[in-house]
Amino acid sequence: MDKRQGIRDTKPKNGRLRVLEQRFPWLFVIVRHRQARVGLAIISVLILMALFAPVIAPGDPTEYHGVTNTPPSKEHILGTDPLGRDEFRLMVWGARVTLLVGFGTAALAMVIATVVGVVAGYFRGIVDDILMLITNLFLIIPGLVLLIVLSAYLHPGTGTVILALAFTGWAFHARIIRAMTLSLREKDFVAAAVVAGESSFSIIFRQILPNMVNLIVGGFIGTTIYGIGASTALAFLGLTKMTEISWGTNLFYAQNGNALLLGAWWAFVPSGFCVALAALALTWINFGMDEITNPRLRAERELRKALGRKFMQRVRATPVRFRER
Amino acid sequence: MRFLLRRLQFYIVAFIAALVTVFYLPRLLPGDPATAILAPMGSRLTQAQIDALRKALGLGEEPLWKQFASFVSHLFRGDLGVSYSQFPTPVTDVIATSLKWTLLLGLTSLLLSVVIGHLVGIMGAWRRGGLFDTIVPPVSNFIGAFPAFFLALGVLYFLGLKLHWFPISHAADHSIPPGFTLAYIGSVLRHLAMPMLVSVLVNLQIWIMTMRNSMVVVLAEDYITMAEAKGLTQRRIMFNYAARNAILPSVTGFGIFLGSILGGQVLIEQVFSYPGLGFQLVRAVGARDYPLMGGLFLAITTGILLVNFLLDILYTYIDPRVRRQ
Repeated sequence: MDKRQGIRDTKPKNGRLRVLEQRFPWLFVIVRHRQARVGLAIISVLILMALFAPVIAPGDPTEYHGVTNTPPSKEHILGTDPLGRDEFRLMVWGARVTLLVGFGTAALAMVIATVVGVVAGYFRGIVDDILMLITNLFLIIPGLVLLIVLSAYLHPGTGTVILALAFTGWAFHARIIRAMTLSLREKDFVAAAVVAGESSFSIIFRQILPNMVNLIVGGFIGTTIYGIGASTALAFLGLTKMTEISWGTNLFYAQNGNALLLGAWWAFVPSGFCVALAALALTWINFGMDEITNPRLRAERELRKALGRKFMQRVRATPVRFRER
Repeated sequence: MRFLLRRLQFYIVAFIAALVTVFYLPRLLPGDPATAILAPMGSRLTQAQIDALRKALGLGEEPLWKQFASFVSHLFRGDLGVSYSQFPTPVTDVIATSLKWTLLLGLTSLLLSVVIGHLVGIMGAWRRGGLFDTIVPPVSNFIGAFPAFFLALGVLYFLGLKLHWFPISHAADHSIPPGFTLAYIGSVLRHLAMPMLVSVLVNLQIWIMTMRNSMVVVLAEDYITMAEAKGLTQRRIMFNYAARNAILPSVTGFGIFLGSILGGQVLIEQVFSYPGLGFQLVRAVGARDYPLMGGLFLAITTGILLVNFLLDILYTYIDPRVRRQ
């Protein structure tokens, strides 16, 4: 595409693509946004690594190899940890639990957030007051602290960790979704649906929810980051099921075996780096998502493309974009 | 005034919710504290001994609401019980000593990250898309994507173990008697350096992004153009006109952060064995020290509520729109 053309996005598309784009605009923004594309690629690689763990790193990840804290070598590409386990296997297999917990948490938390947010915003009144009171309570109570206290009472396991993380992580998005519902409710098409005699249920599902897909997908990605980070933190503190292989438990055993004091940095780097990589990739995808909810960002980027960096520095005002549909 | 009263109402509800959580959580979930404490001792204890212990822990036969009432009345007399794991130190003593360290670490790192973050945000927005803006904010984002404890481990490894610049654990040298001596303060500062650095690195990006985004919006306002037209110095426009008006969103963020320093540094404190609230909490959970756990949770939550209320008061003072509601 010609650089100068950037400000008006008038590339011809064929019909089917256009329908797809109207249906899933967020998917298209992600694919077009450079950072988001890189993020999507990274997270796909990590997911594939988790799915094909038995192919990539065959063998039992908990197997004891007779040597502890050996540096990376031909036999063990990433060395062994303080328990004499192969670091490469641990990293590959650890992706399974960590990513599952991350995405599981996000799915559950967003279901709660969407139900609470939409119900509060749509029905308003006393329902709204009560639900928002609960939401604000969850927002103000420190999540990680509550999580740590909860973990002392819960029987640790993947399921309970997902439950606890979703329990502490839904409130923020519930508020955003409520705000969006409040504004959508006032729109003409909702009024039209009310006049046409549609039930509340069908208005919520057919008129309001489809207009919030971007918000929900963005929230899902954000909560996944939270889920991966917090579950790793819990495991690192030794508060999850410690027989599981996850990036967090790998780090816990490395720390517990004093790997750092012994100079065995390779016991920390693979799993820690994977966590950071996953978080970074998802953050980048969300940068792409931000451009949907905030068109000014998109307009700014296109303006920069069109004007070049030098000239952009002189521009103070944020451009508002016009787009022919 | 009505705004403040409404907020106060909410904080009282939140405080009661925290009280109820602390009280009922150990009593409702499977396995009461007595069973948990006794579990390692197996069946060596007689029923009479178990009953005696239950009584000592306040888990007697009394109805729950009566226990709750006595719990609350003890609490208001400043009695949170005695820690199991640091027997016979009262829970309030443990909280008091660890609060001191958490506040020291939290406040210093918050101050540093706020000052640096705002300056970077202002500069970035001022020369939007410039060299500084394309390098510093993305780099801080990249660093911020790493899990806090992973950064902490990295800093510990390089600055502590490889370069021996700073001591790797605790808050001060045990050999130096505490007091206002140069040696003691020096030791405290040297122990503070690494945890503080990590805390700043983790939080910096949030301040940069908040300030930068807010600045970008403000810079597009007419009064900025007006200031340019009047021929004011760039410096004056940047700080007195733009930054001053862009700082309001940061004040809200500041409140959230001021609260979160109480419980948000769990992982950093854990890695550096820094004896703050978070470190004690993890230890309490590990030792199944229920009174200490509950006490710490209450202390952290109450602190957050207090800080938020103080900020509401401040907010009515700086933003007249809130007052006129």
